[in-house]
Amino acid sequence: MSVEMSLPVLTDKDFASDQDVRWCPGCGDYSILAQMKKVMPTLGIPREKIVFISGIGCSSRFPYYMNTYGMHTIHGRAPAVATGLKTVQPDLMVWVITGDGDGLSIGGNHLMHCIRRNMDLNIVLFNNRIYGLTKGQYSPTSPLGKRTKSTPMGAIDNPLHPLSIAIGAEATFVARSIDTNIKHLGATLKRAAEHSGTSFIEVYQNCNVFNDGAWDYAKDRNTKADTTLELEHGKPLIFGKDRDKGIRLNGLEPEVVQLGKGITEDDLLFHDEKALEPSLAYLLSRMRYEDGFPEPIGVFRSVDAPRYDELVNDQIALATKEQGPGELDKLYGSGETWTVA
Amino acid sequence: MSTVAEKPTTELNEATVRFCGDSGDGMQLAGTQFTTTSALVGNDVATFPDFPAEIRAPRGTKAGVSGFQVHFSSNEIYTPGDVVDALVAMNPAAFVTNIGDLRDGGILIVNESGFDKKGLELAGLDGNPIEEVALHQLEQKYKVYKVDMTKLTRDAVKEFGMGVKEADRCRNFFAMGLVFWVYGRPLEPTLRFIEAKFGKKPEVAGANRAALMAGYNYGETVEAFDTQFHIPKAELKPGKYRSIMGNTALSWGLMTAAKLSEKRLFLGAYPITPASDILHELCKHKNFDIVTFQAEDEIAAMTATIGAAFAGAMSITASSGPGIALKGEAFGLAVIMELPMVVINVQRGGPSTGLPTKTEQSDLYQAVYGRNGECPMPVIAARSPGDCFEVAQEAWRLAVRYMTPVMLLTDGYIANGSEPWRIPQFADLPKIPVTHPEATDGSEQFLPYTRDERLARPWALPGTPGLEHRLGGLEKQDRTGNVSYDPENHQHMIDTRAAKVANIAEDIPLQTVDGPDEGDLLVMSWGGTYGSCLSATRLARKHGKSVAHAHLRYINPLPRNLAELMGRYKKVLMPELNSGQLRTIIRDKYLVDVIGFNKMQGRPFTVAELVEKISEVTG
Ligand code: SF4
Repeated sequence: MSVEMSLPVLTDKDFASDQDVRWCPGCGDYSILAQMKKVMPTLGIPREKIVFISGIGCSSRFPYYMNTYGMHTIHGRAPAVATGLKTVQPDLMVWVITGDGDGLSIGGNHLMHCIRRNMDLNIVLFNNRIYGLTKGQYSPTSPLGKRTKSTPMGAIDNPLHPLSIAIGAEATFVARSIDTNIKHLGATLKRAAEHSGTSFIEVYQNCNVFNDGAWDYAKDRNTKADTTLELEHGKPLIFGKDRDKGIRLNGLEPEVVQLGKGITEDDLLFHDEKALEPSLAYLLSRMRYEDGFPEPIGVFRSVDAPRYDELVNDQIALATKEQGPGELDKLYGSGETWTVA
Repeated sequence: MSTVAEKPTTELNEATVRFCGDSGDGMQLAGTQFTTTSALVGNDVATFPDFPAEIRAPRGTKAGVSGFQVHFSSNEIYTPGDVVDALVAMNPAAFVTNIGDLRDGGILIVNESGFDKKGLELAGLDGNPIEEVALHQLEQKYKVYKVDMTKLTRDAVKEFGMGVKEADRCRNFFAMGLVFWVYGRPLEPTLRFIEAKFGKKPEVAGANRAALMAGYNYGETVEAFDTQFHIPKAELKPGKYRSIMGNTALSWGLMTAAKLSEKRLFLGAYPITPASDILHELCKHKNFDIVTFQAEDEIAAMTATIGAAFAGAMSITASSGPGIALKGEAFGLAVIMELPMVVINVQRGGPSTGLPTKTEQSDLYQAVYGRNGECPMPVIAARSPGDCFEVAQEAWRLAVRYMTPVMLLTDGYIANGSEPWRIPQFADLPKIPVTHPEATDGSEQFLPYTRDERLARPWALPGTPGLEHRLGGLEKQDRTGNVSYDPENHQHMIDTRAAKVANIAEDIPLQTVDGPDEGDLLVMSWGGTYGSCLSATRLARKHGKSVAHAHLRYINPLPRNLAELMGRYKKVLMPELNSGQLRTIIRDKYLVDVIGFNKMQGRPFTVAELVEKISEVTG
């Protein structure tokens, strides 16, 4: 017989803290916050069991606006802070909120290691391709040639692609969404929350003050059907306003093909988010608008793997089972001892 | 044992032995075994392991020399000894780098076969110091024993059918056996050790056993060894003892503190000399509910420690100077979040990578001041290997009582040194109470930055209904903990955080002295120089000097009676293994003209140099 635990019915308002939200009007962060608050009550997890942890940057103000437990930490270190918290209390649901500068520049090392350990965390990276909080320097995801306050003649360092990094570290859940595509964003956050292990979500976020329009190609009503491609598990990669274009593999290279004229859906690449081998997901992460590809959104990869936070505690349980709970007096007196009368 | 006619025995109060050789020669093992055995026969002991920074320094070179010094006595002792009474040198490099510390008339045992052409070249020697005229000169000064340990060991282990290389690996047991005979130490503890360590490889166990016995019997049989020395038991406080190393005592102290406060223990660490042994020790004891997290870097080790503290664990990070520098920004976060945790710095020589395996006290400024902003952290320091056990508990007690990160300083000398340790009973140790606010129905807003009489804020744990709150590195509003840029509030919060740490002075014991309550000179020390300063002041008093010794455990805040205490002596002398860091702080705080005595050579003070300084200052 199962007993239904009755949780109080919460709404998104219950997840709003009493703090005024201080992002610039029109910032993409607002919509991510709104979706997060909407998703929270659907997870069936009490508020006190949820912790939001962030580093430094515009996005990192996020925890202040959620009426859960939260920590606004230091630049780039949120994944490490979250690791300590989660290993000690594995039953908490922990979200890491980061940005392209916080997560990929100063905190790149922590992000990579957190992912490869498959900590059970949900990492949301707000990618606005700029440093907003420090007023407009180029970031590790700014495109080559980007002119900013710190690159008057254009950026000359090759950008990083968040999902390629996450997949390179063998993230078990990888997804991408867009701040204004609220339905898709909400659904993606929910799937990430439900995944056991590290979930990594890149959200295309518009910084309307310092990098306005960076993602317009992917958001514009008129172009988005051709510039993005919504991934569906087990389905062929089809896109376009008339759903007449697809992605086909030519050797190891993806290519855009026109359906019809002898090319059918069966010739296309089929999406398999469950593929253990991350190469397909990696290949998808490399499809870029500037190279003539639609950029995939949705879940790139979702596989099961052992979680660090569980393994740590499993080892403790095993050691305790095998050796019995530790006794200090026994430890103090172990090895060679002598008595002075 | 064999029944060769007994050789005469000379009784000594104390002796200091140093084993030295190439880092592959097993000298640390020889020293450790000698220490355990000496402790077991009832001597007081103090040790000083000294090893090269390079794990695989070129074999036979001076850079690769590893040494282990053991001071053992029938009196209480506090230092590993200034000079060496018996030196075992396995090769010419070890000989050249160590002979200077052998006292006149001391015993020199050299492995003759190590002094071949190649060995001499590697040590940069033109001639052989143990042949002809050079030998004659040596013999004027020391009792020299040339022993062909290589050949004798190979002969002894022949029956085990090992290759030459493996056979030579048993040489340290031969050396041990010989020195055991010289100082009349029993072989049983080492035989037990061999069984425990090599029992699964019978030929290795057998060969080591044979080499050990051969060394011992060599001493007993060969005529040149004409006296055996006897060092009677020391009168230690009654109780059960064991020998303990600083890093082990520290780890056990942390484990004990966790149990005394009924907390999970979390260690965030990144490997670094000489702190790694804390990680090694704690990860062995998972059945004590210990989480050890070897992080990707020092910063992650520290920030994970902060996360674990928020989650409610007894949270620790352990490192050394360069690692502590990397953690600096996160200390500020821990301070402003007012979460309890312990940061351990096992100091080594600096700056930069400095002298990783050598000792120094030069991170005191870093501990007291090394953060951005007004960022006070309590700082306490251990004085000896065994003291680490207590100081670890004290650090955690202060951390939870005051809701603050606490910096605990030790150093390479304490960390790797060992001494007899009177085994406590867990039940006798004072509990460390910790409380957390309880769940509420959430109808009232939880205020994370309200304070108790000590100015500590409540430690509310995630998972507790009704206490949802956010911490952060931006300035906090008093009471609510919300972000606040208000000028008055900022001043108030800085003042409050400072007052909270300063208040600890009311909670810690008054500073005491060893020696007269007033007089010509107060020698003030902190950390690992305790033993040398205590021994030196006691010796100076025997020479008629009016000198007392105050050893500080609490560096920040300093004990509340310190100014008054210093005022009772005409002069104050502060020996430090740095350029005068605590002295500067004390002069600054109390306007007392403290005299410095400073040494930065990667080595501890000798008692002799301190006694000389005391004489110079007292005139
Ligand atoms: S600077 Fe840009 S990213 Fe930051 S809050 Fe303003 S609009 Fe948003």
